[in-house]
Order: sequence, then structure tokens, then C-alpha cells
Amino acid sequence: MKTKYALPAAALVATLAAFAWSAAATDATAPAPTFTLASRAGGQVSLADLKGQVVMINFWASWCGPCRKEFPALDQIYAKYKPMGFTLVAINVESEKSDAEKFLAATPASFPILFDPDNKVSGSYGVSAMPTTVLVDRQGRVRWLHRAYKPGDEAKYIEQIRAALREPA
Amino acid sequence: MKATRVAGVLLLAAVACGCSRIEPWVKPYERENIADPIMAWDSDPVASSYMLHVYESREGSRGAAGSSGGGCGCN
Amino acid sequence: MQLIRAAVVALALLPLPAAAAVLADDRADFLYHYYDGGGVTIDGPSVLVRKKFAEKYAVNASWYMDMVSSASIDVITTASPYDEERTQYGVGFEYLRNKVTYAASFSNSSENDYEADTATLSISQDMFGDLTTVSLFFSRGWDDVTRRGDPTFADEVDRRIYGVDISQVATRNMILGLAYEAITEEGFLNNPYRQVRYLDPDDPRGFAFEPERYPRTRTGNAVSLRARYFLPYRAAIQGEYRFYTDTWEILGHTADVSYTHPLGDEWTFDVHYRFYTQDAAEFYADLFPRANFQNFLARDKELSTMTSHTLGFGVAYGFRSPGLSFLNRASLNLRYDRIRFEYDDFRDISQTGFAPGTEPLYSFDADVIRLFYSGWF
Repeated sequence: MKTKYALPAAALVATLAAFAWSAAATDATAPAPTFTLASRAGGQVSLADLKGQVVMINFWASWCGPCRKEFPALDQIYAKYKPMGFTLVAINVESEKSDAEKFLAATPASFPILFDPDNKVSGSYGVSAMPTTVLVDRQGRVRWLHRAYKPGDEAKYIEQIRAALREPA
Repeated sequence: MKATRVAGVLLLAAVACGCSRIEPWVKPYERENIADPIMAWDSDPVASSYMLHVYESREGSRGAAGSSGGGCGCN
Repeated sequence: MQLIRAAVVALALLPLPAAAAVLADDRADFLYHYYDGGGVTIDGPSVLVRKKFAEKYAVNASWYMDMVSSASIDVITTASPYDEERTQYGVGFEYLRNKVTYAASFSNSSENDYEADTATLSISQDMFGDLTTVSLFFSRGWDDVTRRGDPTFADEVDRRIYGVDISQVATRNMILGLAYEAITEEGFLNNPYRQVRYLDPDDPRGFAFEPERYPRTRTGNAVSLRARYFLPYRAAIQGEYRFYTDTWEILGHTADVSYTHPLGDEWTFDVHYRFYTQDAAEFYADLFPRANFQNFLARDKELSTMTSHTLGFGVAYGFRSPGLSFLNRASLNLRYDRIRFEYDDFRDISQTGFAPGTEPLYSFDADVIRLFYSGWF
């Protein structure tokens, strides 16, 4: 009678509920794609220059809520681990700088900000979520990739950074 | 009528399961314009649900006013 | 009066926030609404508050009031003007896990002769690289109908609504939406005060009244298609079409186009035009040939052959609230709509001196104003 909708609706709900996309990280040990990008502080920064340090690359945009929320946590991580041979570069993926500059004026960051306006670097890293955080070890290999950001994820970042810092250059 | 409805719903379910490996043609980092607040379907839910009420109490049609999706696609 | 009759379908559904893999931001909205048209004036406040926790859970609560002063065409021709009040409460919960948002909400609406409870469950998922959002919802309503001045009258309405909504990012600048809804109602679906009229040569006016009689079931289906496009100079244009059909043989077409134009960082303007047309219900007539002419009788202009045109404007001013430090962003909005309702087979019987069935066709204009303050925190 009226239950004629119940079975197809339940089937669809069950299907969708089982269809889960995980925001988990994936491991990889391929060499990190090289790049040279303009830096907000002036000049250019290239990944090759940073070899020997542990590098965390964060792809972000000012229109991305979780990216904005992540910044203070990234700032703390950068301040704490920089003396130990760690650096963090935040690559902004927006086509124009104006919105990013407005955000940074309100929320200053101490780590380098690079600009990738034509998205070539985002493409080469296969960025499939915003934000995406990549950990590159001292030898220039991608060791860890984390998609998305929820409060508390910074604990996972720290765990990976500390493990990478213990490795030799 | 009933069979078509059930078939339609199950087709939707099959599509939802089967196409998970299609590469998104708008990458997450290309969603700048879609994430702009002016691109929200419904930026003022209280005002628009009121307008919906104004119409549905004076016209014979109801429903399908839906507004979800779009946005930044983050996380 | 039965203010919320057909409107419970819309009201019952607390506005579901745009589902994605992120819960909508915390906000509070304070609205003043005003409607004036066809001899009816309704105004009142509406408040909505939502808050999320740990990016996983969210709750929302809403309150809405209508203060009605009615001297509508039906009221002045068959009854006397009245004042009334309606209050509605709603509460909702959301839970986000991975890319799926589960939501449940409940609302209650009450006035002195109508009580409506509605419960809604929904599930929403992002898929295909977050380009597609699919939402399903199921809503169940229980209404209690009474009649002022008649303690012996009591009846019920049972309502079930199923809906699917699919939203698709089509290009970097365009999103598409497709929605389908099926609404089934059973019970006392008409208005206990409304009358139909029939030709009566014995009456000085040439016609007499009898109570309306509706079927006790109604099933309707609506499907809508919409597209929103981002214009390169930073503006948005949207087009929407909805088709509705039901077992009372009402056929409705709705088309809406809107344009949103921001100016700088603080001002946003929008304009829209909406067109609506419908065919009458199968058992509707403005004037029946005799008393008790057929099984079902209706003279509700809402079920007649009609057209409506709406032209609307909106202005929003966004600002950082200086006094309230916990608000990150706030905006003050004003929206005005002018609606013209035109009826092809509903006549204005308040006009005297016409033979029954030759009175001028009825039409009226309505002004609808919404003034609201929204704060995000």
C-alpha cells in the first residue's frame, strides 16, 4: 500500500551508506615531483633547494573552510620543528592572489607561502581533496599523503614528521 | 508505475556504486568559483523556506524545491 | 482558519543546509516576515539557530509565528473577517561521517483549529570526487483538524513525503540540480469552513452555498531541474523549472530565473522573476449547475486554473558586527517580492449586479517583505 516506496528507499539508503569515501592517508615512496614556485616573501622556492630537510607540503585555498582552520595548527608545527631540520611550504592553488592576501592579512602565517596559479604542481601531485598535506623525507621522496582536515589531524602530522626527522639525510 | 519507480531507484543505486572510479573533471583545487558564497543554491534558508510556504499555501503545486550540493567540496 | 493546510508540506521540512563533506557553519537568523495581499495580512518573526560540534555533529532549532488578519475573498463572501495566530517550532540534528551526512528533524505547528507534527529523516552523500551530492529524505506528518465553534468535529491527515535531490558540479563555473518528490496525503484534506456554490434560481443572488467535499487521498509528484552559473565578472545567474502533477489532476509548471550581483565585499543585490501556471483540479468549479452535483466539489481558488507572476528584489549588506564580538560575519538583508495572482475560473462574487457565472474573474496582487539579520560565529 504505502509501503511500496519502503523497499526501494531502504535499498538506496543502504547502498549509499555502504558507499564510504575515506579521508585516510596513503603511503607512497616515489620521488616527490619537483617544482619551482613564486614565494609570497619574494623570489622563488624550489623543492630541490630543500633536499636534506623534511618537507611538509600543504595545498590550500582561502575559499576552503578546513584549509583556513588548519593554518594555526600548521603554524605551531612549523615553529616547533623548524629548528630540527623541518620546513613547511603552503602552496596556494587560487588563480589570483587577492583573496589569499586578504586571508593572510587577518591570519598571519610564519611558514613560506607559495603560489601555484595555473595548478601545474597540484596536478603533478594528484591533489584529490582540499586540503592535501604531503610529507617529503630528507631524500626527496613522498612518504605520506593526507587528504582533508578535521580538528585533531595535526596529531597525525606530528607523528609522521617526527618519524621522518629521525631518518638520516 | 510501481515497477518503473523501483527500477529507477535501483538504477540510481547501481550508478552510485559503479561509477566510483570516474576521474573528477573539475579538480578539488579548481572549485574556486563553485565555492564562492554567491554560488550557493540557498544562502538564506529561513527566508526561502518562508517564501516556499507563501507559494505552497496559495498554489496547488508542492515539493521538489531541493537545494544541496555545490560548495567547496572540501574534506 | 486552516492556514497551514497545503503549506505543511513546505514548512515541515526545516531547511536542510547544503550538504557536503563539511557541516554548514554556525549561524543565527532573525527574520521579520510580512505578507499583504487579497485582503489578508500576515506578519511575524522567525528565528533559526544552528551550532556544530567537533565538525561531526550539528543541532538546529527554529521558531516561527504568523499573526493573521484575514478578510480574504473567501472569508468576506462566506464568513466574516478574523484574526488568528500560528506558531511553529522545529528542532534538528545532523551527524557527519566520512562523506555522509545523516539528519533528523521534527517540527510542530499549531493554531486554534489545526495542529501538525512532522518528522523528517535524510541522508546525503558526496561522491565522484565531490562533484555529485545525492540526498534522500523521508518525511512523515500527522495533522489534527478541528473546527472553531464546532466541538463535535475532529479529523486527521496522514502525510508521507519521499524526496531525492541530486546536485552536480558540471564545470568550474556551473552546478546543476535535479529533484524529485512524491507526496501522499490521506484524511480530511479540505477546509471545514469553505463552501462551493451552485446555481439556485430560488435564491435572490441566483446561487447558493454548500460545504466543499474532497477525496480523502491525494498523491502528487514533483520534479525540478535547476542550473546556477558563475559569470566571469563575479555574479551568478540561475534558472529553474518544476513540473507537478497529482491524482486530483492538477498540473503545475513553475519557472524561475534569478540574478545575483555582489558589489565589492559588502553589498549583494539580487533580482528574480518567477512564473507559475496550473490546471484546475478535476472536481473544481466556480459554479456548479445544481446542489450535490458530483461526488467531490471544490471552489478553493488554490485548486483553480490560475497563473502567478512574481518579481522580487533583494539587498544584503555584510559586515563585521562591532558590538557582538563572538560573531565572525553578519549580514542585514531585505527582500521584497510582488506577486500577481490571476484566476481563469474563479470569479469575484463580492462584485454585485452580475448574473451568476458572469462575475469578473478574480485577481489580486500581494506584497511580501522579509527583513532579516544573519550572524555567523
